[in-house]
Amino acid sequence: MEQIIQQFFNVEIMIKALPLVIKGLGITLLICAVVIPMGAIGGLFAAIGSLSPNRAVRWLSIGFVDLFRAIPPLVLLIFIYAGLPFAGLSLSPFVAVTIGFFLNNSAYFAEIFRAGLLSVPRGQTEAARSTGLSQAQTLTYVTLPQATRNVLPDLLSNVVEVVKLTSLASVVSLGEMLHAAGLVRSLTYNASPLILAAGIYLLLLWPLVRVIARFERRIAS
Amino acid sequence: MEQFLDTFLNPVVLAKYTPAILQGTMVTVILSVLIVLCGIGLGAGLACIRAYRVRLISFVIVIFADVLRALPPLVVILLMFFGLPNVGILLSASVVLFIVLTLVLAAFAEEIVWAGITATPKGQWEAARSTGLTFTQTLFHVVLPQAMRMVIPPLTNRAIAITKMTALGMVIGVPDILGQATTAQSFSANASPLTLAAIAYVVLFLPFVIASRWLESRFASPGA
Repeated sequence: MEQIIQQFFNVEIMIKALPLVIKGLGITLLICAVVIPMGAIGGLFAAIGSLSPNRAVRWLSIGFVDLFRAIPPLVLLIFIYAGLPFAGLSLSPFVAVTIGFFLNNSAYFAEIFRAGLLSVPRGQTEAARSTGLSQAQTLTYVTLPQATRNVLPDLLSNVVEVVKLTSLASVVSLGEMLHAAGLVRSLTYNASPLILAAGIYLLLLWPLVRVIARFERRIAS
Repeated sequence: MEQFLDTFLNPVVLAKYTPAILQGTMVTVILSVLIVLCGIGLGAGLACIRAYRVRLISFVIVIFADVLRALPPLVVILLMFFGLPNVGILLSASVVLFIVLTLVLAAFAEEIVWAGITATPKGQWEAARSTGLTFTQTLFHVVLPQAMRMVIPPLTNRAIAITKMTALGMVIGVPDILGQATTAQSFSANASPLTLAAIAYVVLFLPFVIASRWLESRFASPGA
């Protein structure tokens, strides 16, 4: 028992790791701040494309979404970070992470927005168009607000997934929270820094997980 | 163009490392099948236990599901792989990957199946009980079959997302597709093994992604 406390819950080591881990948390949040809006916007466009009356646009959008839902994000990230330099394109870890997560997230956000847009009754579009709104106006003012509201729990739970996804950036040595904790672990041969990082992830994400659960229940009832 | 092909689809490199990547594909497939079977089984089992509404047990299940849904899987993988040996528990990288992803899938599956059980109309419970079935019989013969049917689309999506995470095994040295590809890439100083890995994942997962889209449209309740 004492050994477990010593190896996993060593307060002394946690305190030493804290400044580095907090700095890592900053980078984690920075990645989220860049990647979540980009992914949501990319996903929205892909979703609109996947419902386009133009067949080429539709198949291109669906192809994009399915392709990036099939490739694991870590494979994408390593391909961009370690593969592209062979073609003379060296990207910084941050840029590689941003591009990789943008492609992956757009695909997931697209699926959610697509479901949302499909959930809005056709009559809404027809009524809006018949009042003289243009197609773009109908989408912006009528369809999209309703669609977003219908899939709000899914959008939120995807945000949780993105925050968790940022931990993969540690693999390409971007100094986010998991990378920082892993570094201190390898210096001290003690798992406590990882427990510290896990604790911060929980602090950050558990409230969101609870909120989503409540949302889902309200919509179900 | 030629330089591009030489870098990303070099025939010599591809010929040399295709066997290794195929071996990795076997590892990925076996791990994925085991994780899906055990994860969904465990998750559905926990959801059933929760249906008995014993307060303390339900509380423990909810905490389990919440924690594993909030933590990044990579954190748990590193924690088990590097932490457990320090307290005398030695597990191979593949076993760690299997345990962690099974638990993560179980956490999501528990929540999804539980949502299905609570969404089954109350009348189903009452009708079954009034014919003389016990609570357990009602749960397993009446409610669970309907609940599972309802939750097939979200369960499929989640199972795909989590089996894709077997790629995380590369970080702790599991010889799966990505693990083999990164090793081959560093030996050959060429990006072709990574291209091959990406293709292997697409071949493996694209059919499931397309199937999940079809399932979703098929199971979508009319009007929703």
